[in-house]
Amino acid sequence: MIARMLAGAGVMTALAATVAGANAQVSDDVIRIGVLNDRSGLYADLSGEGSVVAARMAAEEFGNEIDGKPIEIVAADHQNKPDIGSNIARQWYDAEAVDIIVDVPTSSVALAVQEIARERGRIFLDAGAGTTDLTGKACSPTGFHWAYDNHALAAGTGRAVFEEGGDSWFFITADYAFGHSLEQETIAVVEEMGGQVLGTVRHPLSTADFSSFLLQAQGSGAKVIGLANAGTDTTNAIKQAAEFGIVQGGQRLAGLLLFISDIHALGLETAQGLVLTTGFYWDMNDETREWSERFRERHGAMPTMVHAGVYSGVRHYLQAVRDAGTDEGTAVAGRMKETPVQDVFTANGRILPNGRMVHDMYLAQVKTPDESAGEWDYYRILRTIPGDQAYLSFEESGCAPER
Amino acid sequence: MTELLGIPPEVLFGQLLLGLINGAFYAMLSLGLAVIFGMLNVINFAHGAQYMLGAFVAWMLLQFAGIGYWWALILAPIAVGAFGIVIEKTMLSRLYRLDHLYGLLLTFGIALVIEGMFRHWYGVSGQPYATPALLTGGTNLGFMFLPTYRAWVVAVSLAVCLATWFAIERTRLGSYLRAATENPTLVQAFGINVPRMMTLTYGFGVGLAGLAGVLAAPIYQVNPLMGSHLIIVVFAVVVIGGMGSILGAVVTGFGLGVLEGFTKVFYPEASNIVIFVVMAIVLLLRPAGLFGRER
Repeated sequence: MIARMLAGAGVMTALAATVAGANAQVSDDVIRIGVLNDRSGLYADLSGEGSVVAARMAAEEFGNEIDGKPIEIVAADHQNKPDIGSNIARQWYDAEAVDIIVDVPTSSVALAVQEIARERGRIFLDAGAGTTDLTGKACSPTGFHWAYDNHALAAGTGRAVFEEGGDSWFFITADYAFGHSLEQETIAVVEEMGGQVLGTVRHPLSTADFSSFLLQAQGSGAKVIGLANAGTDTTNAIKQAAEFGIVQGGQRLAGLLLFISDIHALGLETAQGLVLTTGFYWDMNDETREWSERFRERHGAMPTMVHAGVYSGVRHYLQAVRDAGTDEGTAVAGRMKETPVQDVFTANGRILPNGRMVHDMYLAQVKTPDESAGEWDYYRILRTIPGDQAYLSFEESGCAPER
Repeated sequence: MTELLGIPPEVLFGQLLLGLINGAFYAMLSLGLAVIFGMLNVINFAHGAQYMLGAFVAWMLLQFAGIGYWWALILAPIAVGAFGIVIEKTMLSRLYRLDHLYGLLLTFGIALVIEGMFRHWYGVSGQPYATPALLTGGTNLGFMFLPTYRAWVVAVSLAVCLATWFAIERTRLGSYLRAATENPTLVQAFGINVPRMMTLTYGFGVGLAGLAGVLAAPIYQVNPLMGSHLIIVVFAVVVIGGMGSILGAVVTGFGLGVLEGFTKVFYPEASNIVIFVVMAIVLLLRPAGLFGRER
């Protein structure tokens, strides 16, 4: 507590110093952060209001202002629809002087919003979406991708499951940009290591009943059933797989994207033993525990890697605004890329020219009910995946330098 | 056996059975809607929320009172039905004289409020609800693994549908109900309490939704959004079957479940729209629905 107050005081002093020195150029005298995500649908628990809380926690570290200019946070629900997300993004950037849009889970929406931001030279910082296209063929000089991406998931979970003997796969894939990308990334890993893909089936986003798809996966005889989906799509599939005796039948489930909110919803009885890749876990060290506990007090649940990523991204952005003395998109983006990322989310983050924030990822296994010491004690960390193994390099990303 | 369109027959049998299982939910929900529409002329948009309530009541009974699945199967529909009766008494009954649209708006509003509250309290990821020990496991049928619980759902649903059909079409009480739909004033003149009958009918229809919710709890996550995903499909089922037709609701419920199951094999991407395509075609050719009568 005292340490935090001292740290707060330190930040304030630093602020006072910059106020005196910098020639502040903050547009319309407000630094406005727009948190755009799913606030009511299947991704609302992994992003939603939690991301707003995280952004607010970052702003509070700066005393809610930079050089006397207040930091304001606005939020909206994109309902996982690219058209709705695009309309809000245009409204925010063009009419409401929003300087940065953050979070944006649902890859199809993220791609649309990044393009809108790119055309306007405004900053877009994605923490919730998975597609690697954000820093690949659709990359943007003012776009950032923070907490994870599909390549990291494939390199983490896909590789780990393969190394344990999972050399033939069947994919159950969410039928939109994110699912397609995650499926492709994982297929690339599996095939590179000499494995086989026996089939894929694509389901509409937000499906309740997976029995039909599970039966097809069962019939394929693949050793691993890869779930290239997220949120309640994944949890329903896992729950129903147990019902159809998939695991007893000798097949293995690989949830390629699992958040701690999903594990909480499934319960350890059903989720135990699942292997997953995550960019953040609350119970890593004193710093993560302290921050996560504060988050939990305000939000009622432990942070997902998206929440922690939003906090880290917003914090890094605000620091760059302060250091650059302006909130003009290109200048701030340049500043962000020059500065290493060091905070509760990552100790050694760095940003590639395409906006990819490279940081260590963790391969975790879900504990059994006996192993778990209580609520939210869910993961055993199996190993750390160094950032340069988890993420594509700038050269491999497919981002054309002229973009 | 030869393959049909490149799909081995055992896969088709499996999908047929799965379709029937999903159809069981469609049938039970559309049955409740059909009963309510048939008797009250109200389009009950809160049906999905009431189905969700059934699942949540079962979960709460287990979580806070330690009451398990079997009691929940009885208690949750009663609780949800009672909630329906309160809504009917305090709000819905005032709207019978007005246009259909008012009932629709009211129930839609109620659905939004209920779902919003549960979303606020419990988030969207849902709560786990275990399958009762007696119904875990399954049977290998050769062409597929049939979980015992799913077989149970189909059995319960069929029994409930048949019992409801029998009660309305073949008993004295049912005949009063049907008569009251045709001419409430005349039936009242014979000394029958029509308003109370309407209230109980609504409570029954809502209770059916609650029962479907309890049955669904072990299969899906107990989730505030579970009803809103289903309700639109169920409305399509009711429209295809013919608004207010009980037999229509049951037969189309199962039939469309099977159709959807097959779509998941042949062209899975279209599995969530196939029912609406059928609805559009039926509305073009038979506006009153497959089993409906023109009024």
